[in-house]
Amino acid sequence: MKFADLFKETIWSLAGNKVRSGLTMLGIIIGIASVIALVAIGQGAQNSISKNIEAIGSNLILVNPGAQRVGGVSQGGGSAQSLTVEDANAIKSEIENIQAVAPAIQKRSQVTAKGNNTNTQILGTTADYLTVRNVTIDSGSFFSDQQMKTSAKVAVIGTTVRDDLFGTDANPIGQTIRINKMDFQVIGMTITKGGSGFGNQDDIIYIPLNTAQHYISGNANLSNISIAATDQNSMTDVQQQITDLLLARHKISDSSSADFTIMNQNDIIATATNITGTFTILLSSIAGISLLVGGIGIMNMMLTTVTERTREIGLRKAIGIRKIYINLQFLSEAIVLTFLGGAIGIFLGWLASLAVTHFISALTTSISLSSIFLAFGVSAGVGIIFGFYPARRAANLSPIEALRYE
Amino acid sequence: MIECKNLTKIYGSGDTKTYALRDVSFSIKKGEFVSIIGPSGSGKSTLMHILGALDTPTNGEYSLDGHEVSALEDDELSDLRRNKIGFIFQSFNLLPRTTVLRNVMLPLLYSDLSSTEREKRARECLKYAGMEEKLFQNLSNQLSGGQMQRVAIARALINNPSIILADEPTGNLDTKTSHLVMDALQELNQKGHTIILITHEMDVADYANRIIHIRDGMVEKDVVNNPHDRSINFTF
Repeated sequence: MKFADLFKETIWSLAGNKVRSGLTMLGIIIGIASVIALVAIGQGAQNSISKNIEAIGSNLILVNPGAQRVGGVSQGGGSAQSLTVEDANAIKSEIENIQAVAPAIQKRSQVTAKGNNTNTQILGTTADYLTVRNVTIDSGSFFSDQQMKTSAKVAVIGTTVRDDLFGTDANPIGQTIRINKMDFQVIGMTITKGGSGFGNQDDIIYIPLNTAQHYISGNANLSNISIAATDQNSMTDVQQQITDLLLARHKISDSSSADFTIMNQNDIIATATNITGTFTILLSSIAGISLLVGGIGIMNMMLTTVTERTREIGLRKAIGIRKIYINLQFLSEAIVLTFLGGAIGIFLGWLASLAVTHFISALTTSISLSSIFLAFGVSAGVGIIFGFYPARRAANLSPIEALRYE
Repeated sequence: MIECKNLTKIYGSGDTKTYALRDVSFSIKKGEFVSIIGPSGSGKSTLMHILGALDTPTNGEYSLDGHEVSALEDDELSDLRRNKIGFIFQSFNLLPRTTVLRNVMLPLLYSDLSSTEREKRARECLKYAGMEEKLFQNLSNQLSGGQMQRVAIARALINNPSIILADEPTGNLDTKTSHLVMDALQELNQKGHTIILITHEMDVADYANRIIHIRDGMVEKDVVNNPHDRSINFTF
């Protein structure tokens, strides 16, 4: 009977003051929902970045031309014309623990087909590129050795290029596209790799390396060489060997004046992790501030409520309700409010994360259990302490003082 | 039934020590209707708080129904107030936004009675206090002052208390309603309830059979009173 009374009294008291209860809960809801949604977005961003990096290839080592110096002025990384197909061949033949070597020429260019046009990346390379960068052919085929040797005007396109030039469900195989005022025949299409914006690895057209040298760049210099090591453990060793080999081939004795840069995927991952770490700290601070603001809101509402109700507490005491029941009632009111608000907050936070995933295709949010516990713990703690403590103080007043309280 | 012996209440200490009550002694028998009257600052409120077990005296003894009140702990005082004393306040002190029935049932909260039993008792007490049945489900803040005080009387009756303690019950009411409420109290007394009324108005105190005058914390006089016939005394 006593517990049932306590429960009924709590529900009645909260339901009887819907505005007051609603406002108190609003603070809790906003605090919890914003923390959960923000942390979920942060985690999602982190996941999507590391997924993009993994899609680049595995055990990848990347050699780029260094910065060219004209009269002591650096022209920026990649500007030197120092990498050649011979370098790539030498790496392939002389260094152990290598799976594949893919020399590449990259250039952005306007491409047209059937009146549609797009600006995309043209990549001249060899069949090894498929291995090095985890590229898989969806339909059609990649260039044959014959096509490589004869500088055939054939192209393999990514799905974004297909969408832009032919439409989403069109079959591009056998169609003709114009690159640099020359007709190329589409002979294959790759499987969608994902990623978006600058990380979009489907917005690309592959052509044979020789074709690129003849018709696109007009010279033999490479934009980069991608090398796949056989396993992750040998990467550092392979990287060192490539450095030594290229230094020897380019006749440079001092490694600090090398005319190329070399980095492996672990470096890229480390850099990206660094960036996303900063990003997560930023989002967490915002979440922390919303939690603080929410907490102050809850505290404010609870304090106001209890102060308002001092006379009620006085009356309850005067007509002989024991202090413990008054304390319990306020405690259970605070608990019900914070738990109800918490549940709604968690639900709304989850809903917001889903909405972000749905409307921003590049981002798949991921709700972390720890953010739910943290947000709920802080809000519930603040709500219960500031709902209960002032009520306890009021219940300790003499009933006369509490009744006179204005 | 009520025994007060040398009740003394002192506020403050040292130089600021003030006597709210000095050596107040009297007794009240079952079924009496007693008015305690005095100007403001006379100590009648302090006396009322002690009689209502809301406060304890600094010195002296107060026993209610054979229980020595001055020695009780907080929870024991709560139990005593709940079971032995029915309060009627000047400002009604009803819970706002709450139905008449709920207000009357409030003192039964956390008791062993079933909810049907509680409601049955509340309805009886409300009828007893002269409330119309159609108002039972109304919210307390929708009532007139006179109706509110009737609800408060019903609430005071719900635990079948030994004494009913009314603190300026007419202080917030107009003259006509005041007399209606006082008639209701007088009727309760005629049905056997012991009533102690605290007031500073003589014509309200006049409803009682005995009037204790308090001045400067002491009993000035304690006289038997013949309540006047109200129908003759309506002179406004």
